[in-house]
Amino acid sequence: MATVIPGTTFRRARRVPALRRFSANRTALTGGLLVAVMAVLAIAGPLLVQDPLAVAAEDRLQVPSGAHPFGTDNYGRDLLARVVHGAAASLGTAFAIALITSVLGLAVGLYAGYNRMVDAVVMRIADGLMAFPAILLAIAIMAALGPRTENVVIALTFVFAPYVARVVRSSVLAIKEQTFVEALQAQGASTSRIIWLNIAPNVLSPLIVQATFIFADTIITEAALSFLGAGIPPPAPSWGNILLDGKIVIYNAWWMTVFPGVAILLTVLGVNLLGDGLRDLLDPRYAKAVK
Amino acid sequence: MTSYLIKRVLALVPVLGVVAVVVFLLIHLTPGDPAAVMLGPEASAADVQALRAQLGLNDPLHVQFLRWLGGVLQGDLGQSLFIRQPVTEVLADALGPTMSLAIMAELLAVVIAVPAGIMAARRRGTAADRAFMTGALLGISVPSFLLGLFLALVFAVGLGWLPVAGYRPLEDGLGRHLTYLVLPAVALGAMQAALIARTTRSSMLDVLTENYMKTAKAKGLSERVRIYKHALRNAALPVLTVVGQTFGTLIAGAAVVETVFNIPGIGQLVVNSVERRDFVVIQGVVLLIAVGYVLINLVVDVLYSAFDPRIRVE
Repeated sequence: MATVIPGTTFRRARRVPALRRFSANRTALTGGLLVAVMAVLAIAGPLLVQDPLAVAAEDRLQVPSGAHPFGTDNYGRDLLARVVHGAAASLGTAFAIALITSVLGLAVGLYAGYNRMVDAVVMRIADGLMAFPAILLAIAIMAALGPRTENVVIALTFVFAPYVARVVRSSVLAIKEQTFVEALQAQGASTSRIIWLNIAPNVLSPLIVQATFIFADTIITEAALSFLGAGIPPPAPSWGNILLDGKIVIYNAWWMTVFPGVAILLTVLGVNLLGDGLRDLLDPRYAKAVK
Repeated sequence: MTSYLIKRVLALVPVLGVVAVVVFLLIHLTPGDPAAVMLGPEASAADVQALRAQLGLNDPLHVQFLRWLGGVLQGDLGQSLFIRQPVTEVLADALGPTMSLAIMAELLAVVIAVPAGIMAARRRGTAADRAFMTGALLGISVPSFLLGLFLALVFAVGLGWLPVAGYRPLEDGLGRHLTYLVLPAVALGAMQAALIARTTRSSMLDVLTENYMKTAKAKGLSERVRIYKHALRNAALPVLTVVGQTFGTLIAGAAVVETVFNIPGIGQLVVNSVERRDFVVIQGVVLLIAVGYVLINLVVDVLYSAFDPRIRVE
């Protein structure tokens, strides 16, 4: 059975229906709704729009109209279709990265927090990786691996996993001093049992909050990478590479900058609001400290 | 203090070691032969072999690492494959515009964010405070390159007040220099401003509830003196820390903003080097910025503990 310290996780919060607590928190609700809208757009949208790759030279750089609500780009491709497919690419990549870094960071952070030897080695490596500004390390890794969507996932996992590991580790350091861990050790429970069944459930709240912020960071970093030509390679649309195309024609086609830009803005804002709200909900101590 | 300093510097050794290994290994992350990747698909086998020999890629990995590290420690970052110039020279040329941009962005951020944060703390809970917090959240949510594109769209393309892109060095006159730098600096500084403003607000809020603030009020000191002389001085440390610690991030962020505005700095150098597969230059830039980042953090930490001895206990 999982052991949970009272008041430290959402296990206790469940006594008040979680959904009601969530919807009472306006920050979390607004953020959640924004993210939900974007997610639906990313999942269902591609089925409803035109072909994002269909080139039509005679339709180049058309202003937004009934036929092309977001206008067309410099190859005459429908911009709405590209922004919607870009949502799928950006959110899909960001979700994959947030998930992989969470699992990896959880595993590394749990063992590092529990075992001093592992800690000494692993956290020094994490410190070293965190000495690189995120975008720069991402560019450098992408330069070596080459511009492919899978490589974006690999590069950003390298960049962000240490941050998850650090958060998990510091939670574990506090939890392992608790009496219940000592009791388990005295009973002869195995290390992996204590770590995965008894400590891991207690670090889920900070992990979820951290994963949310990494999701936001990933959206920004992936867009920046693609904007620099080192991310999701054209002609497949991503918000970043649409902006790159748009920069060249910024004097003639404001819509190529505004629509993908606003999409990034709303998504990142939504995820940040959701993260702030979740932190208030899951970590009451933090909420008090800020207010 | 001396022992603290020594401890902090020693703690850097493993971090810098990892930084060096990561930067060195970058070149070996390439799928296949790094020399072939650098030269591109048209290169002949003989050229690839020649480059392998030039880069010393035929030696065992640890030999290559030690040779590379030895060079780095003597200030030799290698030779750019594309520009055929020492990387240190290429870096030195690119550093000027980047530093200009980063310093101006930081100045703008501090000048706007500190007063804004103080004001928000004083009017805590009011509409002004909420508007401010929302603004700060927006600032954190807008990636700098996106803000740069939006600013260029409005102020350069739409209104025609400022140039859409480009760079003029300081030698062309301060006015011209600044005209070209304003939009990129605002774009780059916005997130910084949001962070500084949030920190100023929360740090001021902590200080304002202290007993000595009540004493100051009881003594009959004016609000101006209480806020700027008593509160701000005590609230300044966390703010200075944020300014220092995020300066490295600012320089990295400049990489992307420079591309938006075609500024010939470190960022554009990296992006061009990615296109040219000039790994030696990429390694140089990444190493320079990571080491700079680590050293700035060291200086900030040490200054912090010099100002506030309580910190050292941790």
